[in-house]
Amino acid sequence: MRVAMPGNTLRRSITIVNPQGLHMRPITAFVEVAAKFKSRVSLCKQNETPIDGKSPLGLLGLAAEEGAVLELEVDGPDAEQALCALSEILEKPSFDD
Amino acid sequence: MEIKRGIPVSPGVAIGPALVVDTEGFRIPQRFIDRKQRRDEVQRLREAIKAAVAEARENQEAISAKLGKKYGDIFAAHAVFMQDQSLVGEMEALVKEQDHAAEYAVSRVIRRNAKTLESHNNTLFSSRAADLFDIEKSLLRHLLGERGELISHLKEPVVVLAHDLTPSETAALDPKMVFAFATESGGRASHTAIMAGVLEIPAVVGLGRFLTDVSGGDEIIVDGNRGVLILNPDEETRKRYEQARQVFGTFATGLSELRDKPALTKDDVRVTLHGNIEFPQEAEHCLERGADGVGLYRTEFLYLNKKTDPTEEEHYEAYSTVVRALGGKPVIIRTLDLGADKFATQVEKSHLERNPFLGLRSVRLCLRNLTLFKTQMRAILRASSLGNVRMMFPMVSTLLELRQCKMILAEVKEDLEEEGISFQRKLPIGTMIEVPSAAIMADELAREVDFFSIGTNDLVQYTLAADRTNENVAALYNPGDPAVLRLLRMVIDAAQKNNIEVSVCGEMSGEPIYTMLLLGLGLRQLSVTPQNIPEIKKIIRSVTIDEAKKVAQEVSRLETARDVNNYLREITRRILPEVVS
Repeated sequence: MRVAMPGNTLRRSITIVNPQGLHMRPITAFVEVAAKFKSRVSLCKQNETPIDGKSPLGLLGLAAEEGAVLELEVDGPDAEQALCALSEILEKPSFDD
Repeated sequence: MEIKRGIPVSPGVAIGPALVVDTEGFRIPQRFIDRKQRRDEVQRLREAIKAAVAEARENQEAISAKLGKKYGDIFAAHAVFMQDQSLVGEMEALVKEQDHAAEYAVSRVIRRNAKTLESHNNTLFSSRAADLFDIEKSLLRHLLGERGELISHLKEPVVVLAHDLTPSETAALDPKMVFAFATESGGRASHTAIMAGVLEIPAVVGLGRFLTDVSGGDEIIVDGNRGVLILNPDEETRKRYEQARQVFGTFATGLSELRDKPALTKDDVRVTLHGNIEFPQEAEHCLERGADGVGLYRTEFLYLNKKTDPTEEEHYEAYSTVVRALGGKPVIIRTLDLGADKFATQVEKSHLERNPFLGLRSVRLCLRNLTLFKTQMRAILRASSLGNVRMMFPMVSTLLELRQCKMILAEVKEDLEEEGISFQRKLPIGTMIEVPSAAIMADELAREVDFFSIGTNDLVQYTLAADRTNENVAALYNPGDPAVLRLLRMVIDAAQKNNIEVSVCGEMSGEPIYTMLLLGLGLRQLSVTPQNIPEIKKIIRSVTIDEAKKVAQEVSRLETARDVNNYLREITRRILPEVVS
């Protein structure tokens, strides 16, 4: 049973441009940021079952390579800020700073 | 059910529960808890996770400061993964709903997820299973603490599965508790293979990655005749293997009828067939199979897993047991061959060397530790008064080394004489030929000893510069390689010219496909693992020396190891099809 939360559901399609795909470092960054928000976060790869965006194992299981298109869905009171912060991580071309 | 193929190194079929030995030597226990402990066990799991996460975070900071954020992030990832709610949820569910102990729950959940991950085609993702295993290791360490679950404390018989088994791990195992071995790495002459032969249990090595697919307690079939490992067999397969187990028993029984027949070729040439042993109780294994003596008595076991060096009495005790058991039959005792792969803590730490196989090992180590060397020599000399004892030095690479050994032996003999202790004054002395330099200089060495024993395992490894346990280069390691065979010819010729005995005691001599070749090259003495004696005897009794010579001649014309092995396999199949896989 899902408890309805105030706020709205926001979606965005994001193409992975990192040549290494969605690997350990972006996954770690993503999960650490996602945990700060109250909103429910989910990610979905072309027609596959959506996975919990707060589960690093789930993200790794997506095996999102360069060029993969992911549907990011955020649902909750802080959805707008979450969508913004999380998209930024997914769109980053490199994590080798 | 899953089927894996590897290299069969010790015959027989075994069925039993899996025991997974991880790289740190402790096992992942398959344990269940009492229903009432569920809550406590979940709490224990949560605390271990908390501690492991804290540790990962500490590592993250320390490593980031030292090497940069990029490296510290690896530990951040571990911390994040350990807190993954789906992962933790699965683990807790196994404890709460199926009464799994926390360790077992961790191991099962991690392995299940790692397997899914490994199925990805893109190696960027499939290789990340390694991170999950790191996490597993960290969690288990926090759960098990220092006490671990040592593999030496087994309560029920198991099939031991490992990436590779170190000599100390195999030595720590209770043979009565092990049905079979199966390892991911290793070759025909790896330590696991040798130990399995010694313990007379089925073994398959070089299986490639498979540990991910196994949890402790899974049912496993090891087929040491064909080199097959089966995980969680279905009912039909299980039945088939139960039958195979019985059939193999029949073949073995047939061979046992050969026990009292001599190793005589069809044209009445007598071949001396000795057994290789490591532990005193194996003297019986040799006698049961009608061996003519012990051709190689390894003495490393005396040094392994001990805090202090063995005393002279401990040496003497072990040697005299074997010498007495053999009656008047020869017992060739090899002095300490420790170092590199067979490492004992109290001796110099050869594993810190950059290239241990080219380092301070074996006789080199003895020549640097004279007390240790002399203690062993004294015990061997004393045992020589009880029967037919010979002494052999391993890994001699120069004439000078051999002369040093003989000088030290002369000193020890003098000491014993002064003390009035009896020993065999004319104790025959031999040297192993297992370094290419010794093979090349065999004609010089032959003048200084009473016999040669060719140790093919090291000779092959040093000639081809290939580590037999490194799966990437193991294919180069091949006793049938023409380069190795040329060296064998040189050694045998040198021995014959100088009228001294020569034998082969490496694994090659126990491989049925090489028997005819070795006879054809002129060998009349072989020393093999006791369980190979009947097979090898059967081949000897099925050929003439003329046929064997023709085989050796034909082989000398072949250019590659593959051609040699194919030819020998075909020739042997005609004589004894059961032994050629």
